[in-house]
Amino acid sequence: MNTVAAMPPKNYEVLPKTSETGEPLGELLEISMGPHHPSTHGVFRMDVVLDGEKVVRLKPVFGYLHRNHEKIGENISYLASMPYTDRLDYFCSMTNNWAYALTVEKLAGLAVPERAEYIRVIMAELTRLQNHTCLIGFVVQDMGALGTPMMYAFREREKILDLFESVSGARMMCNYMRFGGVRVDVTDEWLAQAKQLVDGYSKFLDEFEMFLTENEILLARTQHVGVLPKDLAVSAAITGPMLRASGVNYDLRKVDKYGIYSRFDFKVPLGEHGDIYDRYMVRVLEMRESVKILQQALRDIPAGPVMDPKTKLRGFRPKAGEVYGRVEGPKGELGFYLISDGSPNPYRYRVRPPSFINLTILEDMCLGHRISDAVVILGSVDIVLGEVDR
Amino acid sequence: MAVPGAKIDILPNECPAGERSLLVDAASVFAVAKFLRDDAQLYLDYCSNVTGIDWPDKELTEKIKVKQVVDGVEKEVEEVKKSLRPGFLEAVYHLYSMELKHGPVVLRMRTVNRAEQTHLPSLTPLWRGAEFQEREVYDLYGVIFDGHPDLRRILMWDGFKGFPMRKDYVAPDDFEYEPTPHDEVLEQAKKHYSTEVKA
Repeated sequence: MNTVAAMPPKNYEVLPKTSETGEPLGELLEISMGPHHPSTHGVFRMDVVLDGEKVVRLKPVFGYLHRNHEKIGENISYLASMPYTDRLDYFCSMTNNWAYALTVEKLAGLAVPERAEYIRVIMAELTRLQNHTCLIGFVVQDMGALGTPMMYAFREREKILDLFESVSGARMMCNYMRFGGVRVDVTDEWLAQAKQLVDGYSKFLDEFEMFLTENEILLARTQHVGVLPKDLAVSAAITGPMLRASGVNYDLRKVDKYGIYSRFDFKVPLGEHGDIYDRYMVRVLEMRESVKILQQALRDIPAGPVMDPKTKLRGFRPKAGEVYGRVEGPKGELGFYLISDGSPNPYRYRVRPPSFINLTILEDMCLGHRISDAVVILGSVDIVLGEVDR
Repeated sequence: MAVPGAKIDILPNECPAGERSLLVDAASVFAVAKFLRDDAQLYLDYCSNVTGIDWPDKELTEKIKVKQVVDGVEKEVEEVKKSLRPGFLEAVYHLYSMELKHGPVVLRMRTVNRAEQTHLPSLTPLWRGAEFQEREVYDLYGVIFDGHPDLRRILMWDGFKGFPMRKDYVAPDDFEYEPTPHDEVLEQAKKHYSTEVKA
């Protein structure tokens, strides 16, 4: 049975007088953190009410980067939305491309050639590697380790971005996938370079972990901080590493088996306590599994076309209908919901942004912790404002 | 039937991989949703995606054959019958089960019209994950969710007027002077000053 009780109405207008346990509070201080604050990962604002250093209320405020992405999507053709999806989560443009392409393929019933499926898996897993690596760098930076760990992470990310650039022409805004396949084929030299990077990645992770995993400061700052209970995580529609750190085994690569994920041998790492440390550990272990997937994909990739010749990209008009497609992005379930009325533009174009929905429980996780912990908790949610505000 | 008195329609979907959806009337949707969440076989504990759709008034044309007597001879004449489908706003929920790993069940509900009767029951008390997404639907479409704990604008600023995702929304005219207006900018410029060249 679901045990989460109904939520009482929130009132942000009136300052609280007592803490959650009923103790009287001292003089309260209301701080507006952000939108321009180095630790909010973009133009995100938190209205925090503090009792001394303790957080007694936290109101997230969004919309500073809002450009009504969904309305833009309704006014342009299906193909023209593809470069816009790059700008959602600008760290993981490849995964965004795939989610959108997958949804349109589901809508129109298009087939994808074998080689393209392998290339997509390779790109998505490389994206996961660089996203998780950077995120750990950012979180450690939020804890006060300025510069050095993040530079280690960015060094590895740069190698992956070089690979993206050589195949798609852009480091971050790749615009690489198309419905029915991918835009250009990869060369054998590219695959050899990718293999070299993947084989060396475990060594980098060992090095990274040597500095961090048993680091006393990291342990003190992350264990039992920002705990997210299992039932609340499920009810609040948390997805991705956050959900799995709370111990729920739900990975769309295993559940939906979209693309060709059923062919690879990999495990889904799970956390136990749902605190920041578990989130960190789940991400590290997920990267190790990604390396395994990449090694299998690079070994098995067949020759052949990368685009279904029957796909008509220009003047593409799917039949009327609606579809919801989703993939396991590095931040959680990235979904697209499309309604077609038979015209060249979608009637409704909706993005289900994982990091936006993962912020639902930010206040619940931060209450009672110190303001310096709230910064780390926000970092561990892994948000990108391009996706949160759309 | 688990919820007595509930009016449920199953809507078709013509797309190849299409999931059909349940259209539930607003009065009984909360009870139906609670049943979907708590039933041991369905157990849809995960409300993934919540979104709104705007359906403005639409003129439906229907061709019907009518028998008419023309010059004493009975003939079959095609007649175009026009009817007006009143517009409404729709909220769509995609429900999955994390426990049993199945889904989706697509749940929809519709408002009475687009002008003033845009109230729907909120499902946030059942699924916390709907909290921000229902706020977003309110912000961009103007659906008012009764029972929502904190229904405020989320992406647009407080005090913003209008609902930008509606099909008939007109963006405010924020024209700035252009020295050499052309195409759309020229059309816009004409509304603000005379663009004719003076002799």
